[in-house]
Amino acid sequence: MTPEEIKLSVSELFPNATYDETGEFLNVLTDSKDLKPMMIALRSKKEFDFDYLFCLTCIDWKTHLTMVYHMLSKSNNHTIVIKAKIADINKPEIETVCDIWETANFHEREVFDLFGVKFLNHPDLRRIFLDDEWDGFPLRKNYVDENMIEI
Amino acid sequence: MSLLGEDIVTEDGEFVINIGPQHPSTHGVLHLKVWLDGETIKRIQPHLGYIHRSIEKMSESLSYRNFIYATSRMDYLSAHINNQACALCVEKGLQVEVPDRAKAIRILMAELTRLSSHQLWWGCTGLDLGAVTPFFYAFRERESIMAIMEETCGARLTQNYCVPGGVMYDIHPNFRSRVKDTLKQIRSKFTEYEEILTGNVIFEQRTKGVGYISAEDAISFGCTGPTARGSGVSCDIRKLYPYDGYEKLQFKEILEQGGDCYARYMVRMAEMKQSVFIIEQLIDNIPEGEFQAKTKMVLKLPKGEFYQRVETARGELGVYIVSDGAASPYRIKYRSPNFSNLSALEKMATGTKIGDLVAIMSTIDLVIPDVDR
Repeated sequence: MTPEEIKLSVSELFPNATYDETGEFLNVLTDSKDLKPMMIALRSKKEFDFDYLFCLTCIDWKTHLTMVYHMLSKSNNHTIVIKAKIADINKPEIETVCDIWETANFHEREVFDLFGVKFLNHPDLRRIFLDDEWDGFPLRKNYVDENMIEI
Repeated sequence: MSLLGEDIVTEDGEFVINIGPQHPSTHGVLHLKVWLDGETIKRIQPHLGYIHRSIEKMSESLSYRNFIYATSRMDYLSAHINNQACALCVEKGLQVEVPDRAKAIRILMAELTRLSSHQLWWGCTGLDLGAVTPFFYAFRERESIMAIMEETCGARLTQNYCVPGGVMYDIHPNFRSRVKDTLKQIRSKFTEYEEILTGNVIFEQRTKGVGYISAEDAISFGCTGPTARGSGVSCDIRKLYPYDGYEKLQFKEILEQGGDCYARYMVRMAEMKQSVFIIEQLIDNIPEGEFQAKTKMVLKLPKGEFYQRVETARGELGVYIVSDGAASPYRIKYRSPNFSNLSALEKMATGTKIGDLVAIMSTIDLVIPDVDR
């Protein structure tokens, strides 16, 4: 499907979603609460069939966090980017997608480790790189490391 | 992270052992906690982070020229291709047109890198499975590629040759003749490679039917590169989303349907020949002209997001830059191939014997600094 057709089909299913087409891919902006049903539809419906989640990350915008999911369909050969806004930066929570794509398991643990986003219903949510006792979340913009020396 | 305070034998009678972080067959500081029933693997839990340097955080305070050099230290065997990915992503943001000569040089270097990386892998796979000779054979040919790298880039492993807009210097006057000599040498050795490992009965028994992963699982786990192509998943970025002029070149995407260690082995063996084929097409046809486009001293990407993917020796590397218009990236994410490939290890190895774990790990071809970043 072309980005226009995907946009049309998604907006029929999820009228609250907004769109951003300035970049390379079609961006669908949604709220963290609406993410899970959207992801299930994008994976299971034959016309979408997004079977390959190739990038999962998070961005700290200081006022809120945004989860970014890059997805590709191997059979239909189209790409989509889903951005879920997490408004509460002090207690960020979002539903996991690792029951839909296995690769999300490790990537969500990485985001949990470095951004502190709690993934609800994740089977094994532990820090992946840092020690369990590590204080703070390094990729947050307000993270301060006492040992860091500015050059 | 440690086993302190935990029982070594679980309630079900499973035996818990640690492999690594200092273990020759993990090819770096990878720590695997393995649950065993006799010799059979029941569960694997990788513990990562022994070499985590947070390159993504460091890059947020570096300029668009400087952050590229840190990526040589991720997948150090594909250092040039990592640099290329970053340079391409910055060029995409700046909308710089790279001269044809620079593109050709980049591809030549990238394929030489792939060749040397696969040769190292081939030697190590032999070593892991008990054959010592391949290691020496592989390093003999690899050495001549490293010498070419040193002559043109000034470094053997961490080349740092790609810059936004092209390459740092023009190629060395000896480059053409040395590459041709090396290719001639490597071509004559391929049969030697095949004879010593591919047809070996012990090697086939250690790899055939071991570490199976289906195409659906490979996609779901985000496997890329030879790991996925061994299961018949078409995922060669050079073919699907060509960059730097790969669309003008002739080469095949190698697919095997076996899904086991042997299939992954065969994919890499055939890819080496394809790399040689690509270099042969280009080496006499390097266009004349500039090796670097004119760019400003201080690079500033416009506000927005840029994503670039390339095919490294291990799979798909994605560089995702979020820019707020400043001279350094607001957020940068590396989607590294090894991180996703490693997550499929448990799927491949559960139910096999512990001796097979070594064969599986060596055919995934893990580079740990790329996992940890």
